This record gives sequence, C-alpha cells and structure tokens, in this order.
Amino acid sequence: MTDHFDAIVVGAGPSGNAAAYVMAKAGLSVLQIDRGEYPGSKNVQGAILYSDALERIIPDFRDSAPLERHVVEQRFWMLSEKSHTGAQYRSDDFNEEKPNRYTILRAQFDKWFSKQVRAAGAILITETTVKDLVKNDAGKVIGVLTDREGGPIFADVVVLAEGVNGVVGQRAGLRPEIKPNHVALAVKETHFLPEETIRERFNLAGEEDGVVIEVIGSVSSGMVGTGFLYTNKESISIGVGCILSDFAQTRVPPYELLDRFKRHPSVAPLLKGAEMKEYVAHLIPEGGYDAIPTLTGDGWLIVGDAGQFVNAVHREGSNLAMTSGRLAAESLIQLKAEGKPVTNENLKLYRDKLADSFVMKDLKKYRKVPHLLERNRQLLTTYPSALNRAFQSFLRVDGVDKRTKEAEALRDLKKARGGWLRMASDLFKVARAWR
Amino acid sequence: MDEPIIEALEPPKPAPTGLNIVVCIKQVPDSAQIRVHPVTNTIMRQGVPTIINPYDLFALEEALRLRDEYGGQVTVLSMGPPMAEDALRRALGLGADKAVLITDRRFAGSDTLATSFALTAALTTLAEERPIDIVFTGKQTIDGDTAQVGPGIARRMGLNQLTYVSAIDSLDLAAQGIVVRRRSEGGVQVLRSKLPCLITMLEDTNTIRRGTVQDLLRAARADVTVWSAEQAGVEDPMKCGLRGSPTVVKRVFAPSPRAEKAEMVTVEGKTPAQIGDALIDLLFARDPKLEAVVTAAAR
Ligand SMILES: Cc1cc2nc3c(=O)[nH]c(=O)nc-3n(C[C@H](O)[C@H](O)[C@H](O)COP(=O)(O)OP(=O)(O)OC[C@H]3O[C@@H](n4cnc5c(N)ncnc54)[C@H](O)[C@@H]3O)c2cc1C
Ligand SMILES: Cc1cc2nc3c(=O)[nH]c(=O)nc-3n(C[C@H](O)[C@H](O)[C@H](O)COP(=O)(O)OP(=O)(O)OC[C@H]3O[C@@H](n4cnc5c(N)ncnc54)[C@H](O)[C@@H]3O)c2cc1C
Repeated sequence: MTDHFDAIVVGAGPSGNAAAYVMAKAGLSVLQIDRGEYPGSKNVQGAILYSDALERIIPDFRDSAPLERHVVEQRFWMLSEKSHTGAQYRSDDFNEEKPNRYTILRAQFDKWFSKQVRAAGAILITETTVKDLVKNDAGKVIGVLTDREGGPIFADVVVLAEGVNGVVGQRAGLRPEIKPNHVALAVKETHFLPEETIRERFNLAGEEDGVVIEVIGSVSSGMVGTGFLYTNKESISIGVGCILSDFAQTRVPPYELLDRFKRHPSVAPLLKGAEMKEYVAHLIPEGGYDAIPTLTGDGWLIVGDAGQFVNAVHREGSNLAMTSGRLAAESLIQLKAEGKPVTNENLKLYRDKLADSFVMKDLKKYRKVPHLLERNRQLLTTYPSALNRAFQSFLRVDGVDKRTKEAEALRDLKKARGGWLRMASDLFKVARAWR
Repeated sequence: MDEPIIEALEPPKPAPTGLNIVVCIKQVPDSAQIRVHPVTNTIMRQGVPTIINPYDLFALEEALRLRDEYGGQVTVLSMGPPMAEDALRRALGLGADKAVLITDRRFAGSDTLATSFALTAALTTLAEERPIDIVFTGKQTIDGDTAQVGPGIARRMGLNQLTYVSAIDSLDLAAQGIVVRRRSEGGVQVLRSKLPCLITMLEDTNTIRRGTVQDLLRAARADVTVWSAEQAGVEDPMKCGLRGSPTVVKRVFAPSPRAEKAEMVTVEGKTPAQIGDALIDLLFARDPKLEAVVTAAAR
C-alpha cells in the first residue's frame, strides 16, 4: 500500500513547524520531512524570537520553550573604524509578564518546536532529503520523492518550507534560482561567557534580561550589510551579514569581516575572555518584495524563507516564516473542510491571507530598500564615518570655537558626499524607500 | 439433553517461523559533541545530542541481515530514561520490527552488574512470549566502555557467549547451530555453537543500512513497548539501580601529562636497513643498558 497524507511539509524550520503544527492540531494527516539528523541540527545559531507570531500558534509557549533572555534594551550603532555613534532604548516596560522578544538558540528551539508538532499528531521523518516533486499528467503536484528507497509518498498538497536555498521548488521549476544580489551571507559565532559576566557587562538586572545591538557602518566594509550582537543566557551571539554579490565582488572573506568586527574597540571589551563555541554561515533572503517567487500552484505552496519572507530592515525572519506557515495551514484546513481540491485557484485563499497580513504589508513597505542600498552604498559608509567625526569634533575641547566646529563638520560631510544636492537626494531617497 | 458444547476455538496461530532475535542498544551522548564547561570544567550533558551507541549498530545490522535471510523478527531492547525511546524509534527506522524500553526510577545509577541483571529480566520476559534464538549486543559502549554487559547477560541466561564476533559464517535453523568468526589475540577463531546464544559484535564488520521510506513511516507510527521494572519481570528490586550496583566511582580526573618530554630524533641513511641501523646505534648510544638487554636476548 502506498501512503497518502493530507499534506507533506518539506522542512522543519520555523515555517514548516508552524504549518505542520496547525494542520495536525486540526486533525489533518501531516507528514513532515527534514534532511537534518534532527530538527534544528542545521540551525545552530542564536536568534531573536518574536513572541507574537508564535503566540498565535502555541499561546502558552513560554511554559515549555527553551528561551534565553527577553530583550529589555536595543542599541543602534553607527560604526566607523575606531568609533561608534549610537542610540539606545531601554525600558522597564519590556519586563512584562509576557515579554515581546526573546533571544533563543535555534538548535534547542527548533527541537522543542518539533516536539510540539509531533505531539499534535504530525509524523516526522528526518535524515531524509526530498529530491523532487511528483506531478500527475495534468501537472498537479501529488507527492514527493526522497533520497530513500521505497518510492514516492503522496499527498493532497506539498508545503515547501525548505528555506532560502532549498532546491526542491527550483528543481521542479516552481521557483527561480535565487540571485546573488537577493541573498545575504551571514556569518555568526557563539561565544561562551559566565552568566554573571554577561549581566555585568551589559548592565542587566537579572539573568532573564537581555540586550540586542544592531550595527551599520564600517562593520560591512563598504558592502551592503549589517552586524549584530545578542546576549543569551551564557553566551553571546555575534555576526555580520552582507549581500552575497558584494562578497563576490570585494573578495573579502566573511570570517575576516567578522574578525574585524570583533576586534573593534567598541566590541572587543564585550567579548573579552569569551570562548568561541560555534561558527556558522547561512544565507538570508534579502531581495524583499520584488524577489518573492510565485507562491502557489496546483497541489503546492511556499512558506517562509523559501518565499523570501524576510524583513531585512528589522531583522525579522522567523516570525514571517511562522506566520506564513500558519496562514498556509489555515487555508488548507478551510479547503479540506469545504471539500475543495488544492488547486492554484483555490489557494487564492492563502495568497489573500498573506496579502492581508503584516508579512506582505511590511515587505511591500520596504520594497525599495534593497535597491536603494545596493545603488547608494554611501548611506552605509560616508554618513556613519562623517557622523562619528562630527561627534568627536563636537565633544573634543581644543580651543576651537563651536561655530567653527559646526561649520567644519558640515563642510566635511558636504565634501565626503560631493555636494549638498547629493545629500538632499539621499535624504529624499531614504524617505521614499521608508514610506 | 443439552446440546454438546462445541468450543469456539480460535483458529490456531501459525507457528512463528524464522529467527527470534533481540538486540540490546544503549542511548549514549554523542561524544563528538560533548562540551566541557570552561568555568567549572564539568561535562555539559544538557543539550548534547544523544545517539545509539555506535557499536550497537553493527549488532543491529548483523541481526537484520540474519532476519532478511532466514525470516523472523528483530526486537530492539534498551534500558534507560524515557527519552531513550528516541534511540529505539531510530532503530525501528533502520528496520527493526519491535522495540521495548525498560525504564524505571529504580534503574537509575545502574552499573554493569545491575544493567545486565535488568536486561536479563526483560529478555526472560520476552522469551516467554517466544523463545529467543540470538541475543546481540555491541562489543562495548562509548560512554561506559566496560564491555561487560553482554557477557553478564549470557552468564545469567545460561547462553553460550560468542564475543568479539567479526562475521557469521553460517547458521542452520533446523540443526540450531551457528558458526562465527571471532577475533582473538594472534588470530581469528572459527567457533561453532548451539542456538540460543549471545553474540557481541565487533566494530567495522558491516555498514548499517538506510531504512526505506516505509521503515521510517512505520517507526514514526509504531508504539514502543515501555515496561517498568515490575513489568520487565524484575523480582528483586534490590538488585537494580544504585542499590544493586557495587561499583562506586570514587573520583574522576584527567591524568596529568608525563613529566619527561618526548623528543624527535633524525637519522640519515639511504636504505631502510641503513636507517634502521643508524637509529639503533643512536638509541644504544643514549641508553647503554638497553643495548645489554637486547643483545643478551638476541643470544
Ligand atoms: C545569521 C542569521 C541570523 C538570523 N537572525 C534572525 C533573528 O534574529 N530573528 C529572526 O526572526 N530571524 C532571523 N534570521 C532569519 C531566520 O533564521 C529565517 O527567516 C527562518 O529560519 C526561516 O525559517 P524557514 O522555516 O522558512 O527556513 P529554515 O529555518 O531555513 O528551515 C528550512 C528547513 O528545511 C530543511 N530542508 C531544506 N531542503 C530540504 C529538502 N530538500 N528535504 C528535506 N528538508 C529540507 C532544512 O534542513 C531546514 O531544517 C536569521 C538568519 C540568519 C542566517
Ligand atoms: C566505573 C564506572 C562507574 C559508573 N558509575 C555510574 C553511575 O554512578 N551512574 C550511572 O548512571 N552510570 C554509571 N556508570 C555507567 C554505567 O554503569 C554503564 O554505562 C552501564 O552499566 C552499562 O555499561 P557499559 O556502558 O560499560 O556497557 P558495555 O558493557 O560496554 O556495553 C556492551 C553492550 O551492552 C549493551 N548495553 C549496555 N547498556 C545497555 C542498556 N542500558 N540498555 C541496553 N543495552 C545495553 C549494548 O549492546 C552494549 O554495546 C559507570 C560506569 C563505570 C565503568
């Protein structure tokens, strides 16, 4: 007998887990397939978890999920070679009963999420790579082929939750190959530090409180990219990510970029004495709205990173992944209840739900940002260093009068950017992209 | 007169054919991923992935091969905490037919004596259902490393024990006999034994198969039988766990490195013989006593 499921979910990251959980909970028969040894085995990074998206799937997740710290403070840094100018926001309001953001370690979190998925009734098979989709004569997707013996497995729908560089959709001709200027390559390390040291260094009241630092400027060495640093319970996650095509062009090795970041005088003291535990490199889809592939077809749909659902400006990904997974599941549950087949036409339901959600709205809002940054690198180089110079001159007491200092700072900025007109146009472009 | 009562007999079950094999597997921390806490220098077990003791996979594969050739069933048996069910499910995905976990607070802290006692009880209970032809274990584990559990079971169950087996040459179901190769010091022994027997399998003797899609689906859906000490047939709980374990770990420490430094010596020579002679001259020059001992022994 061949096996037939209501749905097959390819991938056990946040998007696949969300989709499988919601469907299984509603009584659909769900098979989830991941190539890793166990869910999360390929996702060994620290990250920010946005509570809201998960809360809508598992309301009481805080009772059992492995959470590191909740974020009470956010720092934004503009880096130049030896300085940083920053803004920070900290609030005791973030010490709420149900905190809004947490730092997590993905390996542990994904494992926990997967356990909930199985408890909800989905079947998971691991160490199994989906090789291809099976289509019927009419071109409708009816199942998957794996790298194991035993033939195809069939389902009414295949949910592609295979992440940014998943090749199943590409191989089946459902989505185009990703372009190097539509993905960032992020390298990240986890550094071990005793809990008390983290608390002291980041001025934290408790072992549950955490800090996030977001960095632009010299951290990306002229490429389009950002750096970040999070505090976990007993470790610090630090990394940089830049557009892949920029790495290819500048030939700067990613780990060297990260090393420079770690040696920066503003960063080095935070990491002093820490022991490096893990090093990972991973792609992040950052092409934004215009890079989103076709999301549905007869018998299949795409969720999560595979659909380019990442808001690079706000460094949000897993929440878009979970939300798209949930919306896909809810759509499929409804189709099943109404006895409707999973056709591209009927999947308009999913496309509409997505369009109505923050996922598509935010991606649309920042639609122009990827293009803007790609074409206006000065935004990430000239301005941060000019700003740092200006601040230094402003603070240094050296017998020069203040008016002269201000004029110098402005002249410096004008010179760096080559004229006021250029600056005005930069401002206009940023405002337009942000709107 | 009453009608004669005709007993409604269930149709007799077909007698089970083929071999009944049980493979003992242990879930162990993946030693490749164990981390030492940089501050307290203790092993951080939390978050360390667990795996099936790698040696046990050679036992499992050998059992599956015998089943495929002679028919029958392979049951995997483990003693451990509830999460050891993961290891058993994995074994089902590799092709095992049934899985039994014996888990009980009273098993905690078992040394090899108590472990083989508990496993023997479970094996005996399993054998009541259907006599066992072969019990397999791995040669040893990667965390305890004692290689005692297999022989301990064999002794208790009164089974012939075939240890360090590198290959199974032949098996005769009708005559209840088996011929195996066993690695021993100085050579390979070919042993013939009666069934039932216990085999501890040597490493690198085969390659564990990849289960098929159907194996994995079956494993994901299968119920792992979970037994408490009582259900496993343990009669004397004093022989279990910490209380049944005479072994006491007094201290764990990393041996300090030897004081004397190793040194690399270089000698010249055109042929291997010349190099060898030059090396021996050098060593003898350094240590005249060694020369006396060696030349005396050579005479
Ligand atoms: C360095 C870095 C930092 C990040 N930080 C954050 C953050 O702080 N907050 C945040 O919200 N987001 C962050 N993101 C983004 C976030 O990680 C992703 O958006 C999210 O993981 C997407 O989830 P997903 O389920 O779509 O894909 P993934 O998490 O990539 O999961 C895909 C899964 O599919 C499996 N798979 C792929 N192909 C196959 C196949 N053929 N057969 C079987 N299985 C397959 C993979 O093994 C994998 O488990 C970060 C990303 C990176 C790289
Ligand atoms: C000196 C010493 C002190 C110890 N102290 C403690 C302690 O205080 N607390 C504690 O929890 N542990 C302790 N252990 C570990 C525990 O005693 C052993 O892990 C356990 O008894 C099995 O022995 P082993 O791992 O050496 O197995 P081996 O004899 O090397 O294993 C041979 C084979 O037996 C089978 N087997 C072994 N164990 C199992 C099992 N549980 N289920 C199924 N099959 C199995 C497998 O097929 C395995 O390949 C100690 C070990 C030693 C050596």
